[in-house]
Amino acid sequence: MSDILVSEQSAPGAGSGRPAGRLLEVEDLRVEFRTRDGVAKVINGVTYHVDAGETLAVLGESGSGKSVTAQTIMGILDTPPGFVTGGQVRFHGKDMLKMSGEERRRIRGEGIAMIFQDSLSALNPVFTVGFQVAEQFRIRRGLSRSDAKKRAIEMLDQVKIPNAKGRYSNYPHQFSGGMRQRAMIAMSLALDPEVLIADEPTTALDVTVQAQIMDLLGELQRERQMGMILITHDLGVVADVADRIAVMYAGRIVEEADVYELYGKPGHPYTLGLLNSIPRMDEKGQELRTIKGLPPNLMNIPPGCPFNPRCPMAQPVCREKVPPLLQIGASRASACHFAEELVSRD
Amino acid sequence: MGRYLLRRLLQLVPVFIGTTFMIYWLVWSVPGDPFAGKCGERRCPDTYIAFMTEKYQLDQPVWVQYATYMKNLLQGDFGTKFSGQSINDIILTSYPNTLKLALVALGIEAVIGLGAGVLTGLRRNGFLDNLVLISTLFLIALPIFVIGFVTQWLFGVKWGIVTPTVSSEMRFSELILPGFVLGSVSMAYIARVARTSIAENRRGDYVRTAIAKGLPMRRVVGVHLLRNSLIPVVTLLGTDLGALMGGAIVTEGIFGINGIGRQVYRAILTKESATVVSIVVVLVLVYLLMNLLVDLLYAALDPRIRYE
Amino acid sequence: MSDPSTASIVSTPRIEEPAQTGAPANAGLPESDRRNKPRGLLGDAWRDLRRKPLFWISATFILIFLVMAAFPQLFTSGDAVNGALSRSRVEPSADAWFGYDVQGRDVYARVIYGARASIVVAVISVIGTLLIGGTMGIIAGYRGGWVDALLSRIADVFFGLPFVLGAIVILTTFNGSGTSNSEWKIMGLVIMSLVVLSWPVVMRLMRSSVLATKEADYIVAARALGAGTGRIVLKHLLPNCLAPLLVYGTIMVGSFIGAEATLSFLGVGLKSPVVSWGIMISEAQNYIRVSPFLLFFPALFLVVAVLSFVMLGEAVREALDPKLR
Repeated sequence: MSDILVSEQSAPGAGSGRPAGRLLEVEDLRVEFRTRDGVAKVINGVTYHVDAGETLAVLGESGSGKSVTAQTIMGILDTPPGFVTGGQVRFHGKDMLKMSGEERRRIRGEGIAMIFQDSLSALNPVFTVGFQVAEQFRIRRGLSRSDAKKRAIEMLDQVKIPNAKGRYSNYPHQFSGGMRQRAMIAMSLALDPEVLIADEPTTALDVTVQAQIMDLLGELQRERQMGMILITHDLGVVADVADRIAVMYAGRIVEEADVYELYGKPGHPYTLGLLNSIPRMDEKGQELRTIKGLPPNLMNIPPGCPFNPRCPMAQPVCREKVPPLLQIGASRASACHFAEELVSRD
Repeated sequence: MGRYLLRRLLQLVPVFIGTTFMIYWLVWSVPGDPFAGKCGERRCPDTYIAFMTEKYQLDQPVWVQYATYMKNLLQGDFGTKFSGQSINDIILTSYPNTLKLALVALGIEAVIGLGAGVLTGLRRNGFLDNLVLISTLFLIALPIFVIGFVTQWLFGVKWGIVTPTVSSEMRFSELILPGFVLGSVSMAYIARVARTSIAENRRGDYVRTAIAKGLPMRRVVGVHLLRNSLIPVVTLLGTDLGALMGGAIVTEGIFGINGIGRQVYRAILTKESATVVSIVVVLVLVYLLMNLLVDLLYAALDPRIRYE
Repeated sequence: MSDPSTASIVSTPRIEEPAQTGAPANAGLPESDRRNKPRGLLGDAWRDLRRKPLFWISATFILIFLVMAAFPQLFTSGDAVNGALSRSRVEPSADAWFGYDVQGRDVYARVIYGARASIVVAVISVIGTLLIGGTMGIIAGYRGGWVDALLSRIADVFFGLPFVLGAIVILTTFNGSGTSNSEWKIMGLVIMSLVVLSWPVVMRLMRSSVLATKEADYIVAARALGAGTGRIVLKHLLPNCLAPLLVYGTIMVGSFIGAEATLSFLGVGLKSPVVSWGIMISEAQNYIRVSPFLLFFPALFLVVAVLSFVMLGEAVREALDPKLR
């Protein structure tokens, strides 16, 4: 960790004219999957960042590339078939994609940690939960077996697992889904990371448990002043926790904004469609408004705006020119030719 | 666990009785005259017939015979050969040889099979992978006596690297080739199972988690990946030890090893019914107990499996 | 006994996942793409197979061997049964490609004619094993309860017998005493012993396959819609379990050819005047130092035949298993 900080001091804000001190930045990231059926362009120039103490929600349908971006940041992209073809992922200003494997490994867990969606398969079934939490203390921190155990029990306690000491020696399958996700959180926070990536942390859980886990995550994030990237497709989850939201579609960020701004006045027709498709109590009995059509085939993305075939506002220009992600306000950006019109509309 | 064990042991009883009864019936009862051809070219001496008939109640219905035989067996009396030699002695002298050979074979197949499987599982579709796939296919497809003859001829006769047959001292260096032949088929299976298992688990979510924890690659593979992938391999090794301890009629025959397999084969050909049945009973028992052990081992290795 | 056929039988291939798990290769792709190329598991498997040279090589060899077994006279005009002692162990020449054996019989002709016994025994045994084991497995898996328990124990009894040992005991009991049994009777006995000792494996395979699919939603739905037992088994269960069974059967043909040879080699299987590769190898073993060609040619044919069937089965299995892609 320390060597990274040193290198940052020697070259502040290395490689970009952006304000220094950005914790984690993804810039113009491009990833493709080379399969025997062809090349799928999964990420086509994603740019976002997260600073210490803030939560960025990345929103999008499955297949929009939100998880792949996270995997690329972590360096756990399956290669093959996944290949990074361009862009940078900077942590403390240093491009991680150019680091050696060993350098990247040191950042994992300690600099950036990740929580996965399905805790049952993400935890190793043949080791006890306690072992898996304590493992990092032993391997990364060099603690003795008994000290590591003590620290692991503390961690399990912190994520509010009742009787942490007793549950230390249980196996993942003996935990309930919610408890397992708590253990997963304890594991990811063990080395006190600066950035936490939570990849759909509540999707596999019951609704009541979902709220508890989100509360816990928010609490821990505030306590530790971590930067958090919350990946989700659930608009409801986002509103309470996130500071900013980035909406992804077909491997691009189509809109990025403050939570209130985005919910109040979406700057992209896709965001608008998403918001409209939330069932509302006051519209009971009416047909749900859904976004028509299907996400594009990533092996054959249509020319122009990737959303144009499904967009109710599509104009000829949308079929010709890819709209760039442009600032449309102090703290928001949209990739729509008609973003200004959308925002200024009542 | 205790209740499960008890239940499994109780389940073994009918299987054990069924199998041994079938063998008993085939060997003693089906040929009609139980003494036909048993004493070489000549007719069996009346004293022998009288002695055997008395001891095993051969004039009674077959199930009485079987019960009498099992009663003797449970008291540790495996019977007597026509020549008067105790069958206990035969088993005691030949079984250690079989065990030695089995352990050598198991060791060889574990080391080579596992090594090849893990290497190819981690690096699929390379040259080594294809080499291992093809050679394992050969080992699986070739009847063991062909492998035995070919290696014996090549290493023993043509190149003279090893002695073609094993001496009665059963030195370790002599047992490597027979052990390799005996273990070859299972070695191929172990390599394949290990390869598939590693390749399947390598993309597993928990492996990704282990990497995301920032563990060194050595630990990710050596602890997280291997521990999971080895479950089916260890089970296979256990089952195989059960099969190996049943003696190897072909391998022992080719290399002239005085093991239990050769004894039983000789006994079958010379129609030494008492010897055949006694040895088979021992082998079946070993085999069944080994299978039970493997099941228990499986539960010990995989915490998700719980026996009620 | 660690014999190839047992080993391949003991380590039963994994039950393939039910068919609906197929085609995850394009699961990451959007719906629209999948609609464009509709192909099921079988279509995918066939597409995969067509590109594999191993599949074509083994299929070609199998075809040749089948023709050889049916019409040996197409390949040779030689006499496989009668020889002249004057030609005993004459080395291969342009005249007789594979030489002559101890009794002066043409090895080439014998190898060709040997295909019939080896393949006929193996194929009939496999069919018998699949039929008996398959039926038992379906009954045990579908009925469950005490029927399952009883059938499983019976299977255990046969499974508890080491393969080679069991076959030797059965064959010496019924085939022994050196009486001149007819050609067909010996073959029948060998087939019987192979079937008797192998059906439990197929039964287990089928049983777990049935158990896995029995609770599948579409079977439950069919039952809820009032489909009878017979219809469910024939229309829904069987097609799902059939693919792994056929793959296993193909591989089993290979191992049974090997097993038949092993039994003949041990002197308890097929016997002269029947011509089979196993018998030829058995006869040749005493002359291994002076006339290795006597061993070489039948062994070569045996190996190629076994490999072809095993490889074909492996290729099909790999093509059917989406996880191995």
